[in-house]
Amino acid sequence: MSQDTGTLRDWLLSETPTSRRQARWAAAYKGWLTLRANHMAMAGLAIIVLLVALALFAPWIAPHDPFVQDLGNRLQPLGSEGHILGTDSLGRDILSRLIWGARITLYIVALVALIAPIAGLLVGTVSGYAGGWVDVILMRITDIFLAFPRLVLALAFVAALGAGIENAVLAISLTAWPPYARMARAETLTIRSSDYISAIRLQGAGPLRIIVKHIWPLCISSLIVRVTLDMAGIILAAAGLGFLGLGAQPPSPEWGAMISEGRRFILDHWWVATMPGLAIFTVSLAFNLLGDGLRDVLDPKDSPQ
Amino acid sequence: MTPLLDIKNLWVKFPTRTGVVEAVRGISFSLGRERLGIVGESGSGKSMTGRAILRLIRPPGIIEADHISLHDQDLLSLSEAKMRAIRGQKISMVMQDPKFSLNPVMTIGAQLIEAHRLHSKSSRAEARTKAIEMLEAVSIRDPERVMKAYPHEMSGGMGQRIMIAMMLIPNPEILIADEPTSALDVSVQGQVLSIMDRLVKERGMGLIFISHDLNLVSQFCDRVLIMYAGRIVEVCDADKLHQAQHPYTRGLLGSLPRFDTPRARLDVLQRDPAWREAPSVEARP
Amino acid sequence: MSTSNAFVKRQPRLPLPPWLRGLVVTLLSISVTMLGLLFVTFVIGRVMPIDPVLAVVGERATEDQYNAVFLELGLDKPLIVQFFYYVWDVVRGDFGTSLLTARPVADDIARVFPATFELATIGILFGCLLGVPLGVIAAVRRGSWIDQIARVVALVGYSMPIFWLGLMGLLLFYGILGWVGGPGRQGIFYEDMIPSVTGMILLDSAIAGDWGAFWDAFSHIVLPASILGYYSLAYISRMTRSFMLEQLSAEYVTTARVKGMSEWAVIWRHAFRNIRVQLITVIALSYANLLEGSVLTEIIFSWPGIGSYITTALLSADMNAVLGGTVVVGLVFICLNVFSDLLYKIFDPRSK
Repeated sequence: MSQDTGTLRDWLLSETPTSRRQARWAAAYKGWLTLRANHMAMAGLAIIVLLVALALFAPWIAPHDPFVQDLGNRLQPLGSEGHILGTDSLGRDILSRLIWGARITLYIVALVALIAPIAGLLVGTVSGYAGGWVDVILMRITDIFLAFPRLVLALAFVAALGAGIENAVLAISLTAWPPYARMARAETLTIRSSDYISAIRLQGAGPLRIIVKHIWPLCISSLIVRVTLDMAGIILAAAGLGFLGLGAQPPSPEWGAMISEGRRFILDHWWVATMPGLAIFTVSLAFNLLGDGLRDVLDPKDSPQ
Repeated sequence: MTPLLDIKNLWVKFPTRTGVVEAVRGISFSLGRERLGIVGESGSGKSMTGRAILRLIRPPGIIEADHISLHDQDLLSLSEAKMRAIRGQKISMVMQDPKFSLNPVMTIGAQLIEAHRLHSKSSRAEARTKAIEMLEAVSIRDPERVMKAYPHEMSGGMGQRIMIAMMLIPNPEILIADEPTSALDVSVQGQVLSIMDRLVKERGMGLIFISHDLNLVSQFCDRVLIMYAGRIVEVCDADKLHQAQHPYTRGLLGSLPRFDTPRARLDVLQRDPAWREAPSVEARP
Repeated sequence: MSTSNAFVKRQPRLPLPPWLRGLVVTLLSISVTMLGLLFVTFVIGRVMPIDPVLAVVGERATEDQYNAVFLELGLDKPLIVQFFYYVWDVVRGDFGTSLLTARPVADDIARVFPATFELATIGILFGCLLGVPLGVIAAVRRGSWIDQIARVVALVGYSMPIFWLGLMGLLLFYGILGWVGGPGRQGIFYEDMIPSVTGMILLDSAIAGDWGAFWDAFSHIVLPASILGYYSLAYISRMTRSFMLEQLSAEYVTTARVKGMSEWAVIWRHAFRNIRVQLITVIALSYANLLEGSVLTEIIFSWPGIGSYITTALLSADMNAVLGGTVVVGLVFICLNVFSDLLYKIFDPRSK
């Protein structure tokens, strides 16, 4: 077995890859080795993996039903019997609600992280590749969205669409795509004028093929870094909307909404608002740490070190 | 002739994650009131040598030497404050590209005046007069206007002459010129060199001229050190360069086109790993 | 120089002096962005499930009343005409009437804006005064303990929900330690005691010479402003650090050292002078972000500013107030951007 992994390692670290597939796997493996040496990034990754596990296995891990109220047992402090993190104003177990809340957080983050970069990538590459009027108009629109304060715009959208998780996702995505579009456009402009694109064009490739097969793959790595670094912002925005009562609706155990509930008792029963806040902080910290590490691997020119 | 500067067993090292990189590996040489050329390819350690003399290698880089003596005073043992009094006033340096070596957001006048006032207790007005004199000395026309200009408004040749003026204002004894003409148009290289040459001669300074251009150095300098992989492989008088013995020097010479003996194909330099390990040649009296 | 000449030649030239042409271009670009902003708020107003007529006439209006208001609001006209009505109203400073306060939205905003302005300004002062030196030192002493602290400060700033940090601050400094005033801008004792001149209580009480009121207001603003400022501190210090690192590796820094300058002078007189321009942009940007961050902070601290105004309006579906507030905040954003561009042109000799 060790013999086997040894040869795999050799194959991956070979200086002279024999196929494109080997070269790609080798690049990914070397990136992974660099990332693995970054302890902070690995800590971030571990937290995220844990979060995903919590979300997946919530029904089995959570000690209580997150929705069951027990008014006789309300506002129990930390470490009380059966409720390690205490209970909230309706006697629900805070730990169980946090675990179930991981699902909502992940759901929002995953959706926004899919919608915003893809929308931005589309707008940016089309704008950069087409140039001329298309570019001017699309970039003006991008500028207009960038000119808005993000949270206020999201608030206005949610106000129009109505409160709820899906609308919160939509509102956050609508405010999150412009930086991706800018980035994709900048990358497209540099790639478009390179010689090998001219060579491909001479071979008869159409614009669609050039964009999809040659420009998109090159935008991906900087996009991934940006998305990971944005994740924390998305989590914070979603929590903010939840806190304002515009995201997930009660009795859903969304972390921001839980803080909002706990806010009324902050001076006497501090843990009710504190615990969900710690959860938000831990998870966004994890994404920031991983994002920093990924940036060092994938996009070294921006690396702070 | 007692040397101005005497360097013995100079090492420059950079610790990295994968081990220590040795940029300069135990070189020794001395400088009198002469023009000393240091020639080598990229990465041979010639620029690092220049910077090490001024103790400008930034941490984590390390400078080690038995001594770097200026008039029998060991620069390595000086405090940072004492070293600052050496820089500019005793030893100065002109760098490769004036586009980067002049501060883009300060007027040229401000930078010249600053250079003067750092080492003399003169008033602003005196410093200004001195700066204008210095600009005239490097053949800048209309120095009053140039004083108010910003570096990006200057051409490369003008920028380099301004740089020379700035470095010579405190009247140093030694000037290190690190590839001073490599970034310039060929048409102005000669002009900049002749201005530098005149000033160095007039003031009786020592000049260390760092370059990769063997022909230029052989025309311009009195003595030449040839560096390879952080060591000195050969020392010779500039006018006897063509009798050089070391295969590396011969290779460098052979890879240059010549008008008097045209060839269809230039030689490609073949490097012998043994050169790397050969001990450094001493260039001290 | 030669490239800029070539550029001018290719352009169809307006018969205007360059500074005026610059002004026209800037104004045009602001108007286009502003129009776009209004278009977005207009669209949001249209897709609202709330009937604007019902909002005016109430549930029990007759059909005639309803139709009269319907026509009065211009809802029978094509959308594009309605949009122009809307733009015209906004240009005149008319955002409609708030359902909640029954007053013109513009008046409401004029009343609440100084509170936010005061909060954000103190916050940005805090962020700059600490963030810039921290970033510079972190860059100069790269890898040292102070660099590590700067890194942690920034990471925590990027990862902490601001409303939660506000709550925790309130719990610790007000609830437990009692060092600062509680929620609101003033203690009950001082409420409405100071004549409102600027709307900013710190200034107003200083003008009135009432130092008791000044310290009371200060004890109320210090916590929300520092929490808000902490976020700009995180951003400003990180950006300062990376700008400084870039400059410190530049060749002119070596030149300054060769001249025999002290490290202090090399850093502040040479390198720092080169990042001023970039810093201005960063500070303007984080000032704008503070306005946004103030939405959540104001709620935690019951601060009667524009953030509280928008959210309260939002929860009671007072759409005129929400959109009016959004437009005003957007306008401030745009103005800050233009302002930082202008400063850029003034401070950078290369941009002339």
